[in-house]
Amino acid sequence: MSKSERPNQLFRNLNAKVASIPMILTALVVFVGGTAWTVLYSFTNSKLLPRLNFVGIDQYYRLWATPRWLVSIENLLIYGVISLVFSLVVGFILAALLDQKIRFEDTFRTIFLYPFALSFIVTGLVWQWLLNPDFGIQRVVRDLGWTSFSFDPLYNSSIVIYGISIAALWQGTGLIMCLMLAGLRGIDEDIWKAARVDGIPMWKTYLFIVIPMMRPVFITTLVIIAAGIVKVYDLVVAQTSGGPGIASEVPAKYVYDYMFFAQNLGQGFAASTMMLLSVVIVIVPWAYLEFGGKKRG
Amino acid sequence: MRYKFLTAAFAATVALNFAGPAAATDLEVTHWWTSGGEAAAVAEFAKAFDATGNHWVDGAIAGSGGTARPIMISRITGGDPMGATQFNHGRQAEELVQAGLMRDLTDIATKGKWTEVVRPKSLLDSCTIDGKIYCVPVNIHSWQWLWLSNEAFQKAGVPVPKNWDEFVAAAPALEKAGIIPLAVGGQPWQASGAFDVLLAAVGGSDAFLKVYKEKDAKFAGGPEIAKVFKAADDARKMAKNTNVQDWNQATNLVITGKAGGQIMGDWAQGEFQVAGKTAGKDYTCLPGLGLNEVIATGGDAFYFPLLKDADKSKAQEVLAETLLDPKTQVAFNLKKGSLPVRGDVDLNAANDCMKKGLAILAKGAVIPWTDQLLSQDSQKQKEDLFSEFFAKSDMTLEEAQKRFADIIASAD
Repeated sequence: MSKSERPNQLFRNLNAKVASIPMILTALVVFVGGTAWTVLYSFTNSKLLPRLNFVGIDQYYRLWATPRWLVSIENLLIYGVISLVFSLVVGFILAALLDQKIRFEDTFRTIFLYPFALSFIVTGLVWQWLLNPDFGIQRVVRDLGWTSFSFDPLYNSSIVIYGISIAALWQGTGLIMCLMLAGLRGIDEDIWKAARVDGIPMWKTYLFIVIPMMRPVFITTLVIIAAGIVKVYDLVVAQTSGGPGIASEVPAKYVYDYMFFAQNLGQGFAASTMMLLSVVIVIVPWAYLEFGGKKRG
Repeated sequence: MRYKFLTAAFAATVALNFAGPAAATDLEVTHWWTSGGEAAAVAEFAKAFDATGNHWVDGAIAGSGGTARPIMISRITGGDPMGATQFNHGRQAEELVQAGLMRDLTDIATKGKWTEVVRPKSLLDSCTIDGKIYCVPVNIHSWQWLWLSNEAFQKAGVPVPKNWDEFVAAAPALEKAGIIPLAVGGQPWQASGAFDVLLAAVGGSDAFLKVYKEKDAKFAGGPEIAKVFKAADDARKMAKNTNVQDWNQATNLVITGKAGGQIMGDWAQGEFQVAGKTAGKDYTCLPGLGLNEVIATGGDAFYFPLLKDADKSKAQEVLAETLLDPKTQVAFNLKKGSLPVRGDVDLNAANDCMKKGLAILAKGAVIPWTDQLLSQDSQKQKEDLFSEFFAKSDMTLEEAQKRFADIIASAD
């Protein structure tokens, strides 16, 4: 291999390139192709079967005039903020506590990570029962004597989305804790020693030294949490199926319901394109900062 | 992709011409009849079909039509069609037929003189697209029923109401006795169906047709429909303590006397029967809510996807005939609580409620149902609106009516 010949570049590592052709094709056809197809058909009035009968942005106009879609977006925002903030904070605190060289660390880690082994459907059902006023927490507390105790988030339109968030946090925090713990273990022991010699209190060491050093771990975690937020669907279906009324609807459910129940593909595609757009708006600036920055540095 | 379907459909038509010898053939039939009464009824079909020497492969999909239909449709459009499938006849399968994915049953219908035996005629009309018949109606289901628990009213110390207005008046007494006056489950179609029943009962058949058939949005936003919304508001207040999801759980509240009544189609009757309750003694039924005695001719029908396999196509024909057979019709409908689609069958075994229904049918007091009049898209929008309306006690009547009129304006 002579370094002066440029055309060889294409044929370098030829085996590896041939081997990756299937994946490249999959990515192009399934992901890019499917996305383009969906966006294209969102401008048509397709009903049960896709038809190329363009109606401009009518589907989008209808989408943003639909109360259920607006409720879905609002719920997604609330759910998003809650799961982002709480799973990061709680996950980190749990990890920091486990990091104190405590006894039975393995046991605790297993207990905290266990919920993650359950699917969202199972999680949803478990929490549906726990939060059911007739057999769940409310019933248990009332049987203990506090008869006026009331706790039924899933049956109250104004707080139902928080009831769903509780289940999501219970399920997801364990994983975040493990990621954080791995990050904490990656911090060199000498840093802690140096901080102790300088007399810096532990909470300050965490906040100003350790957390900034864990930036890559935080970014990974953020991506995992964010992807989970946008696609939340099964949890809602299992817990409330969008109820009471439409109080706990989420965008992914709107897409599914309109594509299949309402037999209105155009409307479903328009909604899923909006979801894609929101992801792009979040991801692109971040990717630019993250990867664009590396080149400069 | 459509091209591929059409080719497949064409190939299947060709294959039909070379029908092979009749033999025991497995035919998968999908449906969403899974509650106790429904399962007992569908077993009658399976028994009758097995008796013809073929084999009924039961493809029950749990979770009511809303869950089952997408699965059925994606199987048909995805090239893995079942032998036969349930739909509510009307517009649910319209596009599948137009795309040429469904089998034309006109020949079998002519042979069996369906146009003569099936009544009311509107049932077969709903199966007919461009002059060809594509489905076999198997029963008439009407939504217009108010089911009342005699036990609950006894406990509350008030007589069992004879119409909706008396029922509303009795609600406070029921509540005082710790009984939920009206059970409405959380599934969206229940709220939307209850409203449609109120529209036909309180507003009258003409108002119903003006809104859903002529799609007169101005009328839907007008004072006559405002009365219906007032009644819906009463229903909303009476239903506010129902903490169940599925319709049969809500029916069960009535069966056990925990709820006073439920607005639900006649399929609820199957549940009363399975629970061993007697019409007239344990429960009371009021068709048309006791205000306007009409029944809607919605219902279930079987559609037959085009198949390539000649044996299976043959078996489809046998099944189509079996479904309409007088004996099967009686056995099935008695268990299901619905009315048979043939006028010439003997229904002495029918109970009080079914006899009331048959009498109304004989009088010809029938209206088409929303499944036949509105597209699934409009139905879904309506469901979204009414499930929100029933769950949110602070949603004003004016706002709800305005949104309702908007849906009717854009309905197709």
